Order: sequence, then C-alpha cells, then structure tokens
Amino acid sequence: MLEINNLYASIEGKEILKGINLTVNPGEVHAIMGPNGSGKSTLAAVLAGRDLFEVTEGSAEFLGNNLLELSPEDRARMGLFLGFQYPVEIPGVSMVNFMKTAINEQRKYNNLEPLSASDFLKLMREKKEIVEITSSLTNRSVNEGFSGGEKKKNEIFQMAMLEPKLAILDETDSGLDIDALRIVANGVNKLRTKHNATIVITHYQRLLDYIVPDYVHVLYKGKIVKSSGKELALELEEKGYDWIKEQY
Amino acid sequence: MTKIESLQHELVELYTNNLAEISSFDNPLMNNIRNSAFESFKQLGIPTRKTEAYKYTNLEPYLTGLEYQYDLSPLSLEVNLDDIFHCDIPELATQIALVLNGFYYRHNRPLNLPRGVILCGLAEASVKYPELVQKHYGKYADEKADSMAALTTMFAQDGVFLYVPENVVIETPIQIINVGYSIKNIRISRRNLIVLEDNARASVLFCDHTMCAKSFITNSLTEIFVGENANFDFVRLQNENSNSSQISNTFIYQKAGSVTTNNTLSLHGGLIRNNIFVKLDGENAASNTYGLFLADSEQHMSTYTYIHHAKPHCTSDQLVKGILDNMATGSFNGKIYVDNYAVKTSAYQRNNNILLSGTAKMNTKPQLEIYNDDVKCSHGATIGQLDTEALFYIRSRGIAYTEARQLLMYAFANEVISKIKLDALRERIIEMVDKRLRGELAACANCNIVHKN
Amino acid sequence: MSAENDKILTEITENDYKYGFVTEIETETIPKGLNEEVVRLISAKKQEPEWLLEFRLKAYRHWLTMKIPVWPHLKLPEIDFQDVIYYAAPRKTPKYSSLDEVDPELIDTFNRLGIPLEEQKHLAGVAVDAVMDSISVKTTFRETLAELGIIFCSFSEAVKEHPDLVRKFMGSVVPYTDNFFAALNSAVFSDGSFCYIPKGVRCPMELSTYFRINAANTGQFERTLIVADDDSYVSYLEGCTAPMRDENQLHAAIVEIVAHDNAEVKYSTVQNWYPGDKNGKGGIYNFVTKRGICKGDNSKISWTQVETGSAITWKYPSCILKGNNTIGEFYSVAVTNNHQQADTGTKMIHIGKNSRSTIISKGISAGKSQNSYRGLVKVLKGADKVRNFTQCDSLLLGDQCGAHTFPYLEVDNETAIIEHEATTSKIGEDQIFYCNQRGIDTETAIGLIINGYAKEVLNKLPMEFAVEAQKLLQISLEGSVG
Ligand SMILES: Nc1ncnc2c1ncn2[C@@H]1O[C@H](COP(=O)(O)OP(=O)(O)O)[C@@H](O)[C@H]1O
Ligand SMILES: [Mg+2]
Repeated sequence: MLEINNLYASIEGKEILKGINLTVNPGEVHAIMGPNGSGKSTLAAVLAGRDLFEVTEGSAEFLGNNLLELSPEDRARMGLFLGFQYPVEIPGVSMVNFMKTAINEQRKYNNLEPLSASDFLKLMREKKEIVEITSSLTNRSVNEGFSGGEKKKNEIFQMAMLEPKLAILDETDSGLDIDALRIVANGVNKLRTKHNATIVITHYQRLLDYIVPDYVHVLYKGKIVKSSGKELALELEEKGYDWIKEQY
Repeated sequence: MTKIESLQHELVELYTNNLAEISSFDNPLMNNIRNSAFESFKQLGIPTRKTEAYKYTNLEPYLTGLEYQYDLSPLSLEVNLDDIFHCDIPELATQIALVLNGFYYRHNRPLNLPRGVILCGLAEASVKYPELVQKHYGKYADEKADSMAALTTMFAQDGVFLYVPENVVIETPIQIINVGYSIKNIRISRRNLIVLEDNARASVLFCDHTMCAKSFITNSLTEIFVGENANFDFVRLQNENSNSSQISNTFIYQKAGSVTTNNTLSLHGGLIRNNIFVKLDGENAASNTYGLFLADSEQHMSTYTYIHHAKPHCTSDQLVKGILDNMATGSFNGKIYVDNYAVKTSAYQRNNNILLSGTAKMNTKPQLEIYNDDVKCSHGATIGQLDTEALFYIRSRGIAYTEARQLLMYAFANEVISKIKLDALRERIIEMVDKRLRGELAACANCNIVHKN
Repeated sequence: MSAENDKILTEITENDYKYGFVTEIETETIPKGLNEEVVRLISAKKQEPEWLLEFRLKAYRHWLTMKIPVWPHLKLPEIDFQDVIYYAAPRKTPKYSSLDEVDPELIDTFNRLGIPLEEQKHLAGVAVDAVMDSISVKTTFRETLAELGIIFCSFSEAVKEHPDLVRKFMGSVVPYTDNFFAALNSAVFSDGSFCYIPKGVRCPMELSTYFRINAANTGQFERTLIVADDDSYVSYLEGCTAPMRDENQLHAAIVEIVAHDNAEVKYSTVQNWYPGDKNGKGGIYNFVTKRGICKGDNSKISWTQVETGSAITWKYPSCILKGNNTIGEFYSVAVTNNHQQADTGTKMIHIGKNSRSTIISKGISAGKSQNSYRGLVKVLKGADKVRNFTQCDSLLLGDQCGAHTFPYLEVDNETAIIEHEATTSKIGEDQIFYCNQRGIDTETAIGLIINGYAKEVLNKLPMEFAVEAQKLLQISLEGSVG
C-alpha cells in the first residue's frame, strides 16, 4: 500500500529526513517511535504533502501512485489521512460545513453523488458515537477553542468520517488523560479492517497497550535505525531513548 | 492647475451658474443651507492625499478624466418596478422604495406602513411636513467635517425621508434602492433624512446599484436621528460597476439608551468611500459599526469612522474587514474620540485585512483619542494573508486548493456577515458574498438588477 | 476613586524635579538669534573644515524654506527662533584632556547628577561622554576603548580626527532636508558623541552620553552618530537633565545609527529634561530626530526609551530595515504629568526581505497632560515575509489627562503579517484594592502596578539604567491615581 524508498527531505536547507525506507501493507499497524526532533512529524507531513518541506531524494508510492507528485487534497481523496500533532484552528469555518465539503469532494473524486443533507447528518451522528464526541463540538468552528483532548478526538472523528485506507496518526496520544486515550484508541481499533492500514507515531509506549502494532520502528536523526515486532516498544520503554542515542 | 484643482473649479462654476435651476426643484429648507455648504466646499477644497482623512484615498483617478453631467431635474423615465425587483420572496418581505439618480421615484408602489410613519422623497417631505424636516434637516451633518459632504449639500435636490413616530415599531424592513441609470455619465447627489422618535424601532436595507455601464459619481449624505431608547438597524449593500465612484457620508446622532447597528457591505464598485460619523449624545447609547469590503481589479475601497463618545456609559463597537485582490487598494481610518466627561465608556475597534495578491495594497490607521481615565478602549488591526497552516489542514482532508481558499475567505468575511440580524437578509447576503468571492458577478439574484462591469 | 487616593495622587504628582539646580559657571555665549553669520560663527568657534560649514549653510538655507510641523497632537506655542542663543559653552578650554583641568564646579555638577567624571569612581562598565550646553566636557575610558579600535569621542573631535568617517555617514540616515528640526540642528549643532565600532568587535562596556543644559536662554542642538561595522555590537545609553527655569528652552537633536552586516546596536534613553512646573510654566521643548538604518543583512537596531521629562516631546526613533533578515525594535515608556505633552512613537520601514519589527509602547498620562503614540509600519513592495507586531497600551491616571493612539500601517506586499493592538484603560481599582487588602498602601500599590505595567520595556534597559528608570517612574508619578 505504501512503499517509501530512500526518502530525503529538508527544510530551509536543513536536512531532516535522511534516507527513510518503509513498507506498509493492508491490514498492518506500524508504530514509529523516537525522541523529540528526530523527524517523525516531518515524515508524516511529507507524506501528506506539506510543501514547507522539500523532498531532495527518494520516492514514495501509495496504492501504486507516485505520492510525491500529488497535491495534498488528491492524496487525501485517495485515502491517505493525517491526524495532526497540532490540529489547526480555523475560526469561522464550522465543523459541519468543513466535513460536508470534505466528504463530498471525496465522493466527487470517486464519481459518487454528493450526500444528501439528511444522510450526511446521519453519518455524522453515527461517527460521533465512535469517539464519544458531544454534539456541541461539531457545531463550533474547526478546532477553535477546543481543549487539547477535544482536538485529538476531533482528528479521530474526521478519520472515521473519511474512512481512509492509510491513517497516519501523529502523537494522537499526547496530552490525553487515560480516559481520552482509551476513547481514541478504541476509535482507531473500531475502524481497523484488513483492507486499511495505520501508522501510529508516538513518543510513549502506553498508547501501544491499546493499539497493538504489528511492527515498531525507531526513527532517530532522520533514519529508521531499528525495526522489529511489538516487543521493541517495551524494550524502549524500559531502556529509554538514551539506549538508542548511545548506539547511533 | 492640478486635475483636482480644475475639477474643483469646474464644480464651483457649475454651482454658481446653475444655482437658480438647482434651487427651483424643491423648497427653501434645502436651499437655505446650500450657500453655507458652498462656502465650506470652497474653503476645504476636494480632498487630496494631503488631507489627513484622505491620506490613503487618492480621489483623482476616480473623479477626473471623464466628462460628467448633472441632471438637475428627475429623469422622466418610467420603469416597471415589478420588472426590476423581485424581492417579494416570502422570507424577506420588504417595503421597497426606489431612488433613481438621486430623485425619489414618483411611481413607487404604495407602501404598507404603520400609522404615522412617513416614507417619501425628501423634497416632497419638506413641502408636506415642513416643521418635521426643519427640526432635523442639516442638524447632524457637519459640512466642515468633509468637503464631499459639503458638495452633496450644494447639489442635492432630493433623497429619502423616513419618519418613525414615538413608540412605533416597523416590523418589516424597508428597502431603499438607489439606482444609477442613464445614457450618459452623470453625477448624482442625494441627501437622506431618517428620524426615529423615542422608543421607535426600524430597520432599513439600502442597496446601491448601477443599472448600466455608464459611469456614475455619487455623493450621498444621510442624517440619522435616533431618539431615546429607539433602535435603528441598517444594512447597506454597495454593488456598483467598476466605472463608478461613490462617496457617502453618514451622520448618526443618538440619544440616551438608543442603539444603532450599521452593516456596510461593499461588494463591488470603482471607488467606494464610506465616512461614518456617530455622536453618542445620551447615556447608555450604543453604536455598532460593521463593514466588509471585497475589492479586486483596480478598485479602491475605504472606510472612515469617527465615533464620538460625548456622554457617560456609552458603548461602541467597530469591526471592519477587507479582502483585496489584484491591484485593489483599501484603507481603514477610524477614530474613537472620548470626551472628558464621557466616563465609563467602552469602545472597541478592529480592522482585519487580507491581501490575496502581491499588487494589492492596504493601509490602516486605527486611532484612539481619549480625554478621560474611566474608560475601556481598545483597538487592533492586522494585515496578513490566508493562514497557510489552515489551508494545508483543509487540503489534507481532500478539499481542493481553490475550495479551501474559498472556505477561509468566507470564514473571514462571515464574522461581519453574521452580525446582520435579519435572518433572511443574512442568508441572501451570504450567497452574494460567496458568489463575489468566487469571482462571479455579485448581482442581487432576487432583484434582477444585472450588473454590468 | 476615593478622596484619599486623590490626595495621594496630588502629593505624588507634585513631586519636585531634583535635577533643577543651576551650576554657577562662567559661560561663553554668542548673541541671540539665527542668521548665516551665526552659523558661520559657530563653525568658526569650532574651527571646522570648509565642507562642514558648507553643510551647515545648506541646511540653514533649507530650514528657511520649511515650516514647523502642525500634524503632531501637540499644542505648540509660538516659538521665536530669533530669541534663542545658539551657542553656549563653559569657558576655559573647550575640551579637557585630564580631569585636573576640568572646572571643579563642572565635576561637582556631574557628580550631583550621578555621573562622576573620574573613571575609577564610575560604574565599571560604562564609558561616558559628558556634554554641558554646547560642549563635550569629558569622555571617559577613551584609551581603554581605543585599544579595541573603538572610537568614542565628542562629535567635534571626530570631525577633526576622523573626518572621513564623519563625512561619509553624517546626514546619511537623517538628511538635513528631513524635517524642520533636523534642518535646524544640521545648521547649528554644537556637539554630541561619535562612536565607531570596528569589524568583529563587541564593545565590552556600555557607551553613554550625558546631556546637560545649564545656560539660560540657550538651545541645545547636539548630534550623535554611531557606526557599527560588520559583526560588531554596542550598547549605547543617553541621559539628559536641565535646570528649572521659568522660560522654555529648546532642544533639537539628531541621532543617526548605521548598522552594517550582522551588527547590532542597542540605544537606550532615559529622557528627563526639566518638564516645567505643575502649572505648566517652563520646561524643555524637546524635538528629536532619531533614526537608524539596518544597512547590512542580519543587522539589528533596538531603541529603548523612558521618557519622563520635557514640557513638549516630539520624537520618533525609527528603523530603516534595508538589509535582509534585519530586526528593528522599539520599546518605550512615556510618562506625562501636569501640563506635559508628548507625541512620540516610531517608524519601521521594511525594505529588506524577512525583516522583522517589534513595537511595544506604554503610555502613562497623569495630571492635565496629553500623551500620544504615533507610529508608522511601512512594508515596501519588495519586502517579502515581513513580520511586525505592535502593542500600544495607555494608562490614564486622573480625569483631566488624555491618551491617544495614532498608528499608521501601510502594506504593499501580500506576504507581510502585520499586527497592531492597543488598549486604553485606567489603573485598576480592583488591583489597588487587592494590594490594599494584602496590607500594601495605595501609593506603593500604584508604584507596583505602574512598574509592572512598564516592566516589559524597563527589562530592555541595561542594568545600570533600569534601576534609575524605575525610580524615575515612581518620582514622576508617585500617587498619580485618579
Ligand atoms: N517548520 C520548521 N522549520 C524549521 N525546522 C523545522 C520545522 N519543522 C520541524 N523542523 C525541524 O525538523 C526536525 C524534526 O522535527 P519533527 O519532525 O517535528 O520531529 P519529531 O516529530 O520527531 O519530534 C527538528 O530539528 C525541527 O527543529
Ligand atoms: Mg512531532
């Protein structure tokens, strides 16, 4: 589904990603861990098409398409979803309007008719339950005045609405209390099928108690320095990142 | 002689040579103050960039270069009102009155208004209701504050008179449609007088349109008197062709406990300059001044406000937002002035602008002038562009770039639009703004007034 | 506000000006009035080269064509420019090479002002150029600085010893045509400081000029020129006081700063000219043109001012951000009391790409004073990605004063992000009450609140000045709560 080969990316001449290789197949859950500043968010942003970063080398294929050539919106319409580490506040744009536009753009891309107002509202209601969102959140402007936890839930809610093939969740666990963490993880698990895949970016192992990964990768200084099964997360938890830093 | 100086000269001549004819149409009330306005006009001259209030509005390219005529009497044209206006949609039932080239249209449909309410041409009113008009006409406008106001008074022969007696509430909004329609380029001058007695309540929608591709220079002056605890709401929709210029002066005078809300939406026009003067002259009066302008090509849109807090416990709120594209220029020049004895004043003012192109230009000058310590005043101004983080966030959800931009522009504009109180009107304006932002003609869909660029 | 608070306010605002004494010293003055002869006379007294006389004459002739600006929010009295003495100097040798030659009265004067001229007595980190009336009296630590190649001397000496540098940069930031007062200064300027920091040098001590007006009926017209070469750094302080006199005195100065690639200049002022008495009699008319140019890439100029003195202040320290990635800063606290009037602020002219500016202005008005912020942020067409943030706050103490904000934002580039915020309010009664409730008396509470309010700016001052400025604020305003 996703095939990243020797990917290099930089910002303002500063190289952040230095040769990333990663393959993700349908049905898999990958966790990417690593200390702060190692480039995890950069990787996520590059995959989603943030033009702040310049890809200088390498390739990335998504469902057989050259990902790097596509506009951010086309990537999204094909089924790539990014849960932002810092969801953006958009004053004045209501959640309902925002989601309706997004859903219908995706449908248009797939040659489907736009959803009727009532079908759309029904869909909203359904999906809100998955992440236990109270209805008032969706009446507000996108992320405006949301608490940290509400913003993260809102990301999962949007993921549920858009039903992506590949979801990249960047630190969706940070800033969540244990209840919220459970809700978010449950949301992710409920949406898991053998056709879609998830990349969970996290700093801590605790999320991985709820979302059990098939693979764990450690990203450090722009490279994946270690890949293994879920036991790697536990080892990291125990030994700390210094263990990695000493080695590389 | 500069172009502005020769225009000045031309207008002085025009006035002196035609005074008899200008004065023949109406009655002494309007004629009485022509000469003093003329003196002010001669003294102040047409504003140039050296005039502090016009530092950022260069009138010259808009007011000079073409030949204009003055219609000194109303056009004998008959228009079929039903053809022009289809505003009788159920959600927004309005009472419509047409003003053609500055003259109250003679064949306006009869209006269904509460007892005692008067809506008619100003010239007609000054004959029929001389005491009423005399009591208010020329009492709130200050021709020395702006020479273009003086110019309006010199030539104006008609306009609208609205009178709402004490305790009367007009439920349906009144819609006043100012239309420019001519086979030649013309100047239009009009004066309006609106009087709300104590506890009265009314809302008015002004629509300014040009009905053909000719060039119009409109000078308008509106005086508004709002009695104690009266409530006046007005929305102004400016939608003229790119060859036309409009300079409008609005003077609002408020008594104790009164509330006014003014929403000016400048959607289209070559030059639009709105000067708004508010005097809060009674305790607990409140003034809300909101504005949105959308300028592109070589349009210039400019707002000037002067909110004078003259009595204690008054509040004022101002929000003006602008979006500028192509080579458009804009300016905001707003002042909050608090007198020494106006204690417990609360006054807010905000101006936010978005530049969409490298050749658009915005100047802003928000000002506070405060002579009293017991106040809460603040102002803010920003000039920036659409938030790139937000753009990316929206696109990452599969929404196309142009649509994402549209969403953000709309969200920006919506803060002003959402302040329009009449639901049906707000809905309609949302549509118009949305269309305008998409670059489509922002013709008033329901008014069948096609707007020709 | 309670009557008690009012009383305290009155007491505090009537505090005396403590630098109001007059030094009894023999002074050489020229006759009142201004004409070409006077300009020539000043130049001759200073034994100036021909080119400088030419400069003065051109400026004078230009000045004759100009009018005093009317746009400031100031009630400017009629100023008779023929009723001013344009040159006054303590007699004896104009410049003292060793302290032994300095008139003991002068040493005493500067001691009383807290500016000892003896190097060993002085705060270790500060070199001082002391200017009395038209003449620089003494520059300390010259030799120490010379070892690093730093030139720090009076303007007159610089003209003699470093004519090329002076000629190259004088008038390059503030041309004599700039405004009425700049033209006047350029015609008749007497002395001032000159400072050059060579490439790569971080000046190890604060450089400072202390201006003192002493003689009666004289105007003071000094000019300062600071040139920071590539990769250099300097922090510069300016202080000023004047005796209490019933008539108004004129001060029209020019400060020019040039910052080359990667250079940084910090310029701090504590302006405490005599403000006049509580009835508005006397005081200095302070018309100053201060401007710096960030000429080279990555250079930075930072203005910090604490303005408490003068009957009238007209002053807009500005930055021309010409280089790419340059930074301009303006931090200001302006206090007006009694009948003082201030119209002050800054201009940030963004020419270079990525240039950034910050403006923090805190106005405090008390008594019957008028305090205005006036600022311009201008972004030129080619200046991509400019950022500006402006915060202007005004605090009103008493119901007879005025606080005004006149910002101008002119943006001609769509990549700019410009933000302006301003608030005006009175000192919070609830804050005072909260302090009272914790056992703090009203006067102390006001001091605390005002200092807290001005803190953001005071923090930008060098240590030696910050303490002084804090005290000054308290003195200027003690109890000014209405
Ligand atoms: N917008 C940006 N501008 C400049 N540097 C950036 C930007 N975003 C990220 N970086 C740099 O890229 C590196 C990796 O950051 P990031 O991908 O956010 O790390 P992580 O998510 O692993 O904590 C850091 O050194 C960070 O400073
Ligand atoms: Mg991160």
